[in-house]
Amino acid sequence: MTETNIDVRGETCPVPLVECRKALRKASSGDEIIIVGTHPASKKEIPMACEAMGLEVMDIDENEDKEWKIRIRK
Amino acid sequence: MTEKAVIIVHSGDLDKIYSALIVANGALSMGMEASLFFTFWGLQRLKKDGLDKGPLSKMNFLGLGKWMVKNRMKKANVASLEKLMNDFKELGGKVIACEMTMEIMGIEPEQLQQDWIDEYGAVGTYVMEAREASINLFI
Repeated sequence: MTETNIDVRGETCPVPLVECRKALRKASSGDEIIIVGTHPASKKEIPMACEAMGLEVMDIDENEDKEWKIRIRK
Repeated sequence: MTEKAVIIVHSGDLDKIYSALIVANGALSMGMEASLFFTFWGLQRLKKDGLDKGPLSKMNFLGLGKWMVKNRMKKANVASLEKLMNDFKELGGKVIACEMTMEIMGIEPEQLQQDWIDEYGAVGTYVMEAREASINLFI
C-alpha cells in the first residue's frame, strides 16, 4: 500500500477535483490519497465524487484556517 | 456502463470554452466519461495556439474586457485553458473535430492541434456519442 499526498491549497474550481481524480487513477486498489486544500466547495465535492465512484472517504478534517484534509482509500 | 457527458462546443468565446472544459473535467473527475464535439466557432479554438484566443461573449470591448477578466482570473488563481485541456486529455476525455466546419472554413488538419483530437466526424458521430449520455450540453 502506498500513500500519496496532494497539495491543492490556493487552487480553485475545478483543479482540486481534477488533481484528486488524476491521483486516484494512478493509485492501485488499497492505496491511500491524502489531499489538502482551501477551496470551500471542493471539501464537499471530493467526497461526492468518491461516493459516485464507490470509493471510501476515511477522514475529513478542517483546521481553523479553513484548510481541509481528506483521506481516501481506493 | 459508465455514465457520460457530451458537450457540443459551438462557441469560440473564451468564457464559454472555460465553461465547457470545466464541466467536462468535472464529469471526468466524478468518474464519468466525457466527449467534446468542437464545431463552428468552437473549432477555431483547436487551431494551433488558438485555445485562449477567443473574445469574451459579453463586454469584450475590443479586447480590453478580456484583458481585465484574464487579470482577475490570474489573481483568483484560475487554471489556464491549456492546463484544463491537458487534464481533460490525461483523464481520458475525447475530443471530436467537426469535419463539415473544417470544409466550410477551409481548415486543414495540419492547422489544428492534432495531438488533442481523437476523432474527426460529423453529426452521426455526435449522435452516437450523445444517445447514451446522461449529460448533453450545447455551449
